[in-house]
This record gives sequence, structure tokens and C-alpha cells, in this order.
Amino acid sequence: MVTVKELSKEEYLLEGHAACAGCGPAISIRVLFKALGNKVFLVVPACCTTVIQGPYPYTSFNVPLLNILFESTAAAASGIVAALRQRNIKDITVVGWAGDGGTVDIGIQALSGAAERETDFIYICYDNEAYGNTGMQRSGATPFGAWTTTTPSGKRERKKDMPLIMAAHRIPYVATACPSYPIDFVNKLRKAKEIKGTKYIHILAPCPTGWRYDTSKTVELGRLAVQTGLWALYEIENGKFKLNAPSDRLIDKAKRKSVKEYFALQGRFRSLTEKDIERIQKWVDDDWENYRRLAACSASDATPYGKI
Amino acid sequence: MEQMIIDTANHIAGYAAKAARVKVVAAYPITPQTTVVEKIAEFVEEEKMDIEYIRVESEHSAMVACIGAAVTGVRTFTATSAHGLALMHETLHWASGSRLPIVMVVVNRAMGAPWSIWPDFSDSLSQRDTGWLQFYCADNQEVFDTIIQAYKLCENERVFLPAMVCLEGFILSHTYMPVKIPDQEEIDAFLPLYKSGWTLDINNPISHANLVSPEWFMEFRYMIQEAMENAKQLIPKIDREYEKRFGITHGGLIEKYKCEDADLILLTMGTMGSDAKIAVDSLRKEGLKVGLARIRTFRPFPTEEIGKIAEHAQMLTAVDRHISFGMEGFLASEIKASLFNKKDKSLVAGFIAGLGGRDVTSETIEKIAKKSLKWMHSGKVEKETTWVDLRE
Repeated sequence: MVTVKELSKEEYLLEGHAACAGCGPAISIRVLFKALGNKVFLVVPACCTTVIQGPYPYTSFNVPLLNILFESTAAAASGIVAALRQRNIKDITVVGWAGDGGTVDIGIQALSGAAERETDFIYICYDNEAYGNTGMQRSGATPFGAWTTTTPSGKRERKKDMPLIMAAHRIPYVATACPSYPIDFVNKLRKAKEIKGTKYIHILAPCPTGWRYDTSKTVELGRLAVQTGLWALYEIENGKFKLNAPSDRLIDKAKRKSVKEYFALQGRFRSLTEKDIERIQKWVDDDWENYRRLAACSASDATPYGKI
Repeated sequence: MEQMIIDTANHIAGYAAKAARVKVVAAYPITPQTTVVEKIAEFVEEEKMDIEYIRVESEHSAMVACIGAAVTGVRTFTATSAHGLALMHETLHWASGSRLPIVMVVVNRAMGAPWSIWPDFSDSLSQRDTGWLQFYCADNQEVFDTIIQAYKLCENERVFLPAMVCLEGFILSHTYMPVKIPDQEEIDAFLPLYKSGWTLDINNPISHANLVSPEWFMEFRYMIQEAMENAKQLIPKIDREYEKRFGITHGGLIEKYKCEDADLILLTMGTMGSDAKIAVDSLRKEGLKVGLARIRTFRPFPTEEIGKIAEHAQMLTAVDRHISFGMEGFLASEIKASLFNKKDKSLVAGFIAGLGGRDVTSETIEKIAKKSLKWMHSGKVEKETTWVDLRE
């Protein structure tokens, strides 16, 4: 797909959902359904989406949805996939949709197990970099320096690199995305749908409530995260790493914006010092050196993340 | 064709899962449950079971995978023990709250610390309030029959709850006994294809188990309590239907042995019920009117039946393979609670025995009965809870 006009007109995220204004995950859900259609079984653990879908006896999602325990998304999906196989039903896509806490922290065991068992499903982590539903507590996905309610003066540790952890499981498809680039996200979802095995997509989903920015700036912030190189759009298909547009043009450091621009818009980075910012900029540059190597290596015959 | 086989209770549990034609098994190994999952693996390799066998990475995931499979419209099975069951705790609530007829074998083992691999009921009884039906078996035949009956009961639209079929580790799990396996066609006739109250369905896109406000929540809980009461009525019926078809009965809610004229009735669960029969016979030879009531279903608890048993007996003695710390054995508590509003109540005494696999022989039970008889004759229970064979 090349343009937004090609997106389905059908809406499966209905009116009346309970997301905050400017919610990055809600935009992502809308795009998710438009990309995959309604032949989807959605599995949702405790996360913001527990609230976004709306309370009983209503739902704002026009697809069947199983709410499940916090750490259990991938395990529930495993059971669903197994039962669909027994019933010989082949046209339903099973999608796990979990927040960063439910993925990189409490849910990592079940996800790792499901990936190792080559479970045929798409797992999507929508990452707003903290436990948003409980009021912004630190998670393993919270970046260095960010304010949360449990790191009032800023987190002092780095964000866990979950997509590369998933790549180390040698699954056929790992990708990153961001709702500010919906076409890229749609293309990745459609590709994932056609691949057999475990597919992992990690979305950076800006959160005005937790990140402390104006609700009109969600798309802009997602773009800045990509343009500064703090978030890179890439996919790892059958072990081959490839940067996607516009990240593919950012290997040259000169083309990346300063991380300062991204931090300046958000209240959660208020306590960052100049020294902190220097450190972060250095880490970003190191990450990009790694991406450059991975891309170069993948362009040859090598598969840096192993033959599938 | 009906066949007699000699095998362990764990293997028999595997045979029962096969006979019940389960479609998805998700399980994680733990002593002493392991040979259940190994038997199923063997059946799968030999192509005797056409199932999806999910070898999950934890018991927590085992139960959640069963939940996922059950909501997708297939019959599921799993088995665990002790710490595996404890790890499942929140998932057990989720399964019953979701009204899913999952059947799980619990090979009873004591909870640590300290480590023990031997049996008591501290694992399954710790899950008393999770909304699961709980059955306790006394021999390998009962394990087979109870698993088949549990599916029929759980999938009844008046129930739609999950069930644990409990058997004591090593005492049953690794002990060979002869078991009658009925003809498969007969089992199929007794246990029809899987039925659940609801499934995930793209034509009916509901959000299952989303947030429920206080205005609605209590009704969901009341419906589970109603389902438990319904199960209490259905269990004896299903037992009779099974007897009619296969010629085997285990007594429904309670197996009663020489209770009719008994002054003292011993109440217990699981294999202690078998040893207690020998004790009753021996005491009867001495002219002592002792009977036995083996509780087969701890949830729902057969309150009314306990009331009936107590009508003619002067004393009831509970032998618990379990202790609720700070109180007493659960069985003793439940029996007292069942009798509280009755007139002319019997005396009730509680004995704690067999924790962590300590042997409970018929002699142990005779000793308990004789102490109880002494208190019965004096009209006073001198000790609410007595620990049996405790080191000084």
C-alpha cells in the first residue's frame, strides 16, 4: 500500500471508546483493524485497552475480544491458535495486543514461550513507555531520564530493547512501527498476516497524559521520535534487517535531528540535564552504528539474526 | 471394546483424557504429575490422540492456554501439582469467572517451604474459593470415571464451571491398580461433543470479560454460586447414569460405608477413605458402631448430605490431610458449619493426619476412632483439633 486513500473505509473502532484525547494507542488500534479487517480474534491483557474498549455491557471494538490476565496474552493466543487448528479454521488472524508493561516486563515469559513454540499469531506491543493504565509508573520500556510516578526525578536506567530480544528468538518477522506513519504500520501488518509463525510488531505510541504534552501533538511527537533516531522504523524478515522509510535515510548522523527537539516538547523529560542529553545522544548514535552494521550485513548473504 | 488394564492413576488420567476426546492439552511438568503429561505425549506420538499438545513454559500459561482453547470452542485438559497449581491461582479465577468447562487433574502434593514431593491436600484446598468444582478420588478406577463424569457435568448448561479431579501423589499417582476402561462408543454416547456457553465468534463480536462496574458484578458472582448448587444436584444424577451404563458407582457426593446404624462416623477425603474402610471393619468386629463417609466433592460441599448423616450419629470425626493455619482442617470446619443450625447437633472432632505424605494406615484411623469414641461416651470433645502421630 502506498497511500492512505487505499485504506479500508470500514471502521472497527467504534464511537464511544474511552481513550484519552490524543491517545497514540487508540490511533494504532484504528489502523490495526483497517489493515487486518474483522476476521480477527483479539487478545488483550490488563492495559489501557482494557479501558479504551469501554465497560460491560458495551464494547467499542467491532471484533471479538478476549480480555485476559496481565502476563498471559501470548499464552491465551497459543490456546486460541491450537483450537482453531483443531477446528480447521484457517481464515482468522489471532492478534495479541498488549502494552509495554504487559510485554517487556510481566508478559515476557509467556511471549518468549509462544515465540519459541513458533505459535502462528501476531503479537503487537503498543509502547507508551510506562504503566499508563495505572497512572504512569516506570516499566522496563521507560527511557532513561523520563519522569514517571515511581521515578519522580527521572529513570536512571535505559529502555529494554524488546524488538531485538524478539529477533533473538529467530521468529520469521519482527518490525517496529509508529502511529505517525500509518502506511508503514499497515504494510507491516499485512505482511505479518501472510507469514506463518510468530510475528512481533513493536509500536512506539505517544501518550499525552503520561508524557505530558499537548493532546494535539501526538503525531508530531511520533515523527520527532523517528526523525531524531530515538525510534527507528525497521523490519527483520527471516533474520534480515532492513530500515524502512523515513528511517532508512537517517544512517547519516547529519540527517538526524537533535534528540533535544523531542525532549523539549514533553514534560516528562524536564529534569534531564545537559550531561544526560549528551549521554542519550551518544547512545542513539551507537544504536545507529549498530543498525548500519545490521543493514550492511543483511544486504550481503548474511542473516545477523540467524537463519529461520 | 471394554478392557481391563493395570496401570498407575497418572496413566489412567491420560487414558481418561483420551477417552473424553479432548482437543487441546496444555501442560507443564511437575512432580508427581509428570507421568500424566508423559502418557499423553506417548499417545500423541503413537497417533492415538489427535490433539494440539501445547508444551507451555509454565503452569500459569498452561491454564491460560486452556482458557484460550476453551473459548475457541474445544474440550481442553491439563494436569498439575502443588506449586504449579499455586502458580495458576489467578488463572483459576479467570477460568471459572469465564464459565469455561475445563477439567484439570491435580496430583496432590504438599506446598513448600520446605520442599516436599509427597501428598497432602494443601495445594488443592488452598484453591477452595476459586469457583472450581473439586473431586477427590480414592482409587484409580475412580480417577478414570470422575474425569469422564466431570466433563459431562461441567459442560451442562446449568453448570459451565471448571473442575479439578484430585488424586494423591504417589499413593495413587504411581500405584498400579486394575481399571476398567469402557467401550469408546459407550463413552461417546455418555459424553457428547463439547459444548460451552459461548465462544469467540466474528459474527458476534463481544468483548469478553471487560470491565464490569459494581452495578453488575455481584450478579456474575451469584450465577457462579447458583451453578455450584446446580452441580450439587447433578452430581448424583450423573453418577447414577454412569452406573446404569457402565455398572460403576462411587457414591455421588459422598461414599457412605456402614453409616446407617453408626454412633460414630469418620469423615475423610481421598485415599484415607480406603484405609478407613479397613479400620471400620476391624472396629465393627470389636462391636463398635463406627461408619465412614468419604467426601468425594469438596466443592460444591455436600452440606445437606452431612446433615442427613448426622441425624442418627452421636459424633462425627473429620480426618483432614490439611491444616488451615490459625484454625483447623477445612473438612472439620465445613462439617461444623453444615451442622450449626441443626437441632440436636452431633459432636464434631477434627484430626490432622498425613501431611506431606506421612503414612495414614488403618491402624492410625482406628486410633483416631477410639479416641473419638471416648469423647463421645463422655459427651465432651476434649480437643477441637488433634494432630495425629506428631513427634514429641
